[in-house]
Amino acid sequence: MRTHTSQAADRPAAAVIGDDGLDALIRALTEAGRRVLAPTEHAGAITIGDINGLADLPRGRGDVQAPGRYRLTETEDAGWFAHGPTAEGWKRFLYPPEECVWRAEAKGASWREEPTTTDDADSADTLALLGVRACDLAAVAVLDRVLGPEGAADPRYRARRERAVIVAVDCARPGGTCFCASMGTGPGAGDRYDLRLTPLADDPGSRFLVRAGSAAGADLLARLPARPADDAALAAAEATLNAAGQAMGRAMPADAEARLKRNLEHPRWNETAERCLTCGNCTSVCPTCFCSEVEDRSSLDGRRAERWRLWDSCFSVRFSYLHGGSVRESGAARYRQWITHKLAWWHDQFGTSGCVGCGRCITWCPVGIDITEEVAALPATAAAVPA
Amino acid sequence: MAKQPPRRPKLAVWKFASCDGCQLTLLDCEDELLEVAGHLTIAYFLEASRATLKGPYDLSLVEGSITTPDDAKRIQRIRRQSRTLVTIGACATAGGIQALRNFADVDDYVRQVYPRPEFIRTLPRSTPIRDHVRVDFELKGCPISRHQLLEVIAAFLAGRRPSIPEVSQCMECKRHGTPCVMVTRGLPCLGPVTQAGCGNLCPPLGRACYGCFGPMETPNTASLAGWFAASGTDSAAIRDLFRTYNAAAPAFRRESEAQARTTSSHADDA
Repeated sequence: MRTHTSQAADRPAAAVIGDDGLDALIRALTEAGRRVLAPTEHAGAITIGDINGLADLPRGRGDVQAPGRYRLTETEDAGWFAHGPTAEGWKRFLYPPEECVWRAEAKGASWREEPTTTDDADSADTLALLGVRACDLAAVAVLDRVLGPEGAADPRYRARRERAVIVAVDCARPGGTCFCASMGTGPGAGDRYDLRLTPLADDPGSRFLVRAGSAAGADLLARLPARPADDAALAAAEATLNAAGQAMGRAMPADAEARLKRNLEHPRWNETAERCLTCGNCTSVCPTCFCSEVEDRSSLDGRRAERWRLWDSCFSVRFSYLHGGSVRESGAARYRQWITHKLAWWHDQFGTSGCVGCGRCITWCPVGIDITEEVAALPATAAAVPA
Repeated sequence: MAKQPPRRPKLAVWKFASCDGCQLTLLDCEDELLEVAGHLTIAYFLEASRATLKGPYDLSLVEGSITTPDDAKRIQRIRRQSRTLVTIGACATAGGIQALRNFADVDDYVRQVYPRPEFIRTLPRSTPIRDHVRVDFELKGCPISRHQLLEVIAAFLAGRRPSIPEVSQCMECKRHGTPCVMVTRGLPCLGPVTQAGCGNLCPPLGRACYGCFGPMETPNTASLAGWFAASGTDSAAIRDLFRTYNAAAPAFRRESEAQARTTSSHADDA
């Protein structure tokens, strides 16, 4: 990944920008030939999409989020980034839902491998991710471990990731299903950003403290109309984060990993399975769920073959299909697999939790199953296993 | 699927009680149709040609449900002539919209509709093909997806299993980036219990899923119906949601019958 420096030596550590700075930032990213992705309003939700300028960013649009419920609202101040977690994270753009990973064509009696559209790193989109919340930045860090050089080293993920510029925007208004504070992932952005914007508490919608996290970020910052940050600005940024940390709609029990590992046979699994639709919404909106399947496709004449990687879900029956049948037939087994992997086995496998506290699996579950409530429902000490 | 036979396998397309929409999907393949015809001998397909070849057939696509005593016999003959038999569409796989008769007395309908009911020979229930003969593969949908039909044919020609996911429609919404209409608008949507495959037609237009592709692999209809009820949809409306093109698919039938019992007990209370 790109070398990140704490700050460029010859530049101020932090600056303050307003609307004109934000506008200049989007322009600078666009003019550099980047595909700029940012929160946009689409079909009754704020979700990630392409933007061409500041006018495409939602202004004065907030949201109310609850289990199985999302509604857009008008906010009192008419500012930018007034919303909670977007309908989905950035996974779609770094690790698309459907991707051709291999292609071959028959030539006479033999086969010749053909390039796919994403084999060549130069042909990958050069992305700018603008408005990445702390939870989603933590999710990118998780994906880096899983799919980056430390993990499975997916070349397509790496190509997109290495070329992407990330502009984080700290969260001033957590949603009703948010719990990043209890996961230690927010509301302020950690590392791996190029630029970090923090809304100032006295004017959260249109004035931002800006800090560079990489040389590329420092170069960008130098091109923006900005004034150096004074103590008042630093305090106002701190005040935003303190207030946001207190405004979390939910909290994950601190001993989630131990609770799950101790209660693998708890009756709660069957109770939850009565509600669980096994529809796969939670894994799809989860910014760290990376499971995929590969599907081989052949043309009618059998002379062309392709292999596609597709998002999969541990809630599908086929996901655990081995010779003779599926390992996890019941909904209870599948829900348990998801939540124990996310919150417990992930630690063993990757050294972190797989959950970043964005709350999307709660908001976007059609029947409002709440991951924090499910963990809290398990006893903190070993349960008496019913006979 | 059966092992690929030697040269140019013979294709037959059969119609039972149905609207023809599914077999028209084959003609609708436009770009791929000539290629299909290049790899298969179209031996029996009355929508396309009056010229027919005698059986046996390597691949039979069967559209429609069984609703008459004659059809119950005819499907037996077709099965005997077919090496591989694939049912296509909600009628053939679940009984279709005409299976609404299964919830009523068909003789009442016949008396109301026909001036000379004694000429009508019909069965009391509309049933899917698999209730009558062995079926090698079921392709769901009302109508079926062109893309999935080509996949089934390509898989047949290659002698491999077709890749037709049985997961929920939600997976299609999420792959397409469609925000959930249940969550954003509170609409009662059958997507979570419906099999993917249509190409995500309705939710991107702000309409809840109608369930055209029938039940997904593990449909939890009771939980979904409970959520609808808690969100203000009454049991009669929930019953009707489950009673459309796949009304007789077992999971949908059981849920609509449970809702009908709730409706009638409410009526008794009133």
